[in-house]
Amino acid sequence: MSGKVGIVIVSHSVKIAEGVYDLIAQVMENVPVATAGGTDDGEIGTSMEKIQQAMKAADQGAGVLFFYDLGSAKMRTEMVLEVNDIENAYIAERVPLVEGTYLAAVESNMGKSIEQIKEAIMKYQLPHM
Amino acid sequence: MSIITVEQAIAWMKKINEKMQENKDQLTALDQAIGDGDHGINMARGFEAVVEKIEDTDYDSVSDVFKSAAMTLMAKVGGASGPLYGTAFLKMSVTTQGKEVGSSQFQQAIRAASAGIQSRGQADFGEKTLYDVWYQVADFLEEEVVDQWGGIVEVCQATIEDTREMIATKGRASYLKERSIGKVDPGSMSSFYIFESLADVLDWSYS
Repeated sequence: MSGKVGIVIVSHSVKIAEGVYDLIAQVMENVPVATAGGTDDGEIGTSMEKIQQAMKAADQGAGVLFFYDLGSAKMRTEMVLEVNDIENAYIAERVPLVEGTYLAAVESNMGKSIEQIKEAIMKYQLPHM
Repeated sequence: MSIITVEQAIAWMKKINEKMQENKDQLTALDQAIGDGDHGINMARGFEAVVEKIEDTDYDSVSDVFKSAAMTLMAKVGGASGPLYGTAFLKMSVTTQGKEVGSSQFQQAIRAASAGIQSRGQADFGEKTLYDVWYQVADFLEEEVVDQWGGIVEVCQATIEDTREMIATKGRASYLKERSIGKVDPGSMSSFYIFESLADVLDWSYS
């Protein structure tokens, strides 16, 4: 296994995605984090194209974790995973975006495996989201 | 015997687009009441792009028309309706692939679309979503003989009326809890226009 676990931030808002990125940039050195915020036109919404690009940018071969904000961000991420052949890609189901991404960045920075990170972030899982 | 031809599938998409443009403000108003207010714009923009794509392409199967619609809606519609309707048309495309679309293929296609919406949206029946409409239409088509299929318009209307008094538990509307009671779900309304367009375009009375 090579590289660190990648993180993709999927948000309806360009600013939220960038803001979360800025926040976690403080606790990581070379974790592959990519953002997919907003639609192709930068409007509120999500874009399969952006999610796909972010997935490629975050994939170093150690797996990729996707964090999302509202429901349709998750639906679009699922569709990207269905049409792309990528190993070890998981959606952080019902895990709050800020807390989950932050913890995953810390863990990935320590060189943890995707299985370990998945387990760690589950403490934040909400009953509904 | 085919129940929907390539030309009719194309005409269906064009009719949906007309209705989405005509009713854009109504869908937006419904969505402003219990959602994020972009459903009218999303549907109008999405089906306009579907028609542009279809007019640029030659088709020799109904399945390919549905596939174009699916891919375009997924790419162009920013809200949850993009993945949901995209999945619906993709399932219809897969179900009708390589086949002439007779009544049983069409029943299967709508059932597959309904199941696709359910799984994509993780919705159950009676949660005040567009899944309610697709599920009821799928049931209706399986229960009725073809020359009664024009009744889908009433089935959709009845479903929308039934769900009006429900509490939404999915999507943006779920944040409003009981304040969603008495409001029509915008996705159910746009699904109504999709099926009303189908009834407009197809000659259901063939035997």
